[in-house]
Amino acid sequence: MKTLYKVPGAITDTPTTYCPGCPHGVAHRIIGELLDEMQLTKKTVIVWPVGCSVFGYYFIDTDAVEAAHGRACAMATGIKRTHPESFVITYQGDGDLASIGIAETIHAAARGERICVIYVNNGNYGMTGGQMAPTTLLGQVTTTSPYGREAHANGFPLKVPEMLAAIDGPAYIARGSLDNAKHIIQAKKFIRKAFKVQVNNLGFSLVELISSCPTNWKMTPEESLERIRKQVLPVFPIGELKVDEGVA
Amino acid sequence: MGEKVLMKGAEAIAEAAIRAGCMAFFGYPITPQNETPEYFSRRMPQVGRVFLQAESEVAAINMVYGAACTGTRVITTSSSPGISLMQEGFSYIANSNVPCVVVNVMRGGPGLGDIAPAQADYNQATKGGGHGDYHSIVIAPHTVQEAADIMFKAFELADKYRIMVVMLMDGLMGQMMEPVEFREWVDVKNNKVPVWATVGQGERGQRNIITSLEILAEGLEKMDIALQEKYKEIKSGEVCCEEYMMDDAEYAITAFGTVARISKTVVDLARERGIKAGLIRPVTVWPFPDKVFEKRAEQVKFFFDVEMNEGQMLLDVRLSVNGKKPVYYYGRLGGIVPSAEEMLGELEKLAGGKNENII
Repeated sequence: MKTLYKVPGAITDTPTTYCPGCPHGVAHRIIGELLDEMQLTKKTVIVWPVGCSVFGYYFIDTDAVEAAHGRACAMATGIKRTHPESFVITYQGDGDLASIGIAETIHAAARGERICVIYVNNGNYGMTGGQMAPTTLLGQVTTTSPYGREAHANGFPLKVPEMLAAIDGPAYIARGSLDNAKHIIQAKKFIRKAFKVQVNNLGFSLVELISSCPTNWKMTPEESLERIRKQVLPVFPIGELKVDEGVA
Repeated sequence: MGEKVLMKGAEAIAEAAIRAGCMAFFGYPITPQNETPEYFSRRMPQVGRVFLQAESEVAAINMVYGAACTGTRVITTSSSPGISLMQEGFSYIANSNVPCVVVNVMRGGPGLGDIAPAQADYNQATKGGGHGDYHSIVIAPHTVQEAADIMFKAFELADKYRIMVVMLMDGLMGQMMEPVEFREWVDVKNNKVPVWATVGQGERGQRNIITSLEILAEGLEKMDIALQEKYKEIKSGEVCCEEYMMDDAEYAITAFGTVARISKTVVDLARERGIKAGLIRPVTVWPFPDKVFEKRAEQVKFFFDVEMNEGQMLLDVRLSVNGKKPVYYYGRLGGIVPSAEEMLGELEKLAGGKNENII
């Protein structure tokens, strides 16, 4: 009998701590499937962030370390530089990576660290209750932008892949979305490429995954995915932003 | 031991670390310790090891944290303002039980302060420094030779207890040139990854997770108690203290690092003048050699604590002496190194019964 669906071997049996309708589970599954398919699980170390995915190591079955807020790329650098044979991934949210950890991220990218960064952007600080993030859209209401984000007071949404694509260090930079099946399949392709970059020792790779936060957006899961398509993707368009020679 | 070579303290500690099997350096430039990373940047590639200049002290200590999680002997060096930036990482390293060595070449503070030698980070180093209930082992050498010797010991202690070991120095020790003889190289050819390290599960049978997080208070209390148990073990076995001319001493000078070095001269000068002084020099300032002070409190007339700060070790000395004898203090601030003559003058006043600096 042909198996059509199963839980990837790299995913544990532990129920996740994510809210109903949260796409973190989808992102985890993509990583789990690819670790299985590329036979990377046993050599992988995932650097988990501070944020909603702080307990990620309960759900993906690899060696893991828990970084301080924003420091995942620095910690991953320490692991990869001293153990180049390890396959090193960071999994970070937008508060963790684009705000408090932006320096570590940019410099890891500029150095071309041989690590893969999975960057899940849901436009707010989910774990702490939905505060404004660097990625919050203009006009978006959060608990710390109760009148909507205003450019003159809070600046503009930060587009990390576009920034990183402008520097020489990274080998592969892409942005995918988790709002529908087609985009999820595309996102998996991006992450597979990112993983291959490290397997082939080509340098730094980052894939942003546009995600939703039904709880803090105060929407149903369906409404939140619809919001991604209508409001988020026009600001954060999906696609590959930097593909170095040799990246397949 | 090999031949004696004349080296700056800042370079001797780097060479000692390399010989002690340090496989990686991560750090960020700051005066007065730049000779150390510069030396590492030359030497580490020569011996096939890692040197990386980080984008900040914050990144540097988290690179150290990552490397420590792989069970690799790793070091960073910095100076006071940079060490302040690293405190977050220190706290995480403590509750993750991973080993590393950190050198603090202390300079004058607070704030940007100056770049002159100081000892004003004693409290920060010995009381934890970052958030939470934790300690690092803190060792304060007083000569270049001792610093080179202690570097080997520092890595051994870090590995033995899976703890951060701090070498507390100052700019004077870093800039001083002295003859130094290094211990034998630690053989790193057969380095093995420790069973607890996170480098990928491989054939280990189970995965490893290194985290300082435990969301349930009952669970975190257990982790905290386990840390305290480790600290008790360290306190009972790893205290190190030098006593100089203490056998018949009536007055005990106490000091660490650079001031302790000057204090030896003060003891000699005092004895020439008929004042029976001795020196108690804590080598480990955490764990603090409280038993030595307890014992000597039965013998001496008073203790005379001298520091290049406002009296930080003074509190540990007073706790150890526990009111049995007076504990006097003299110190210079802002990066001023007290001279042997001024210290002797203060001691003479105290021994003669008059002193305006008694606090």
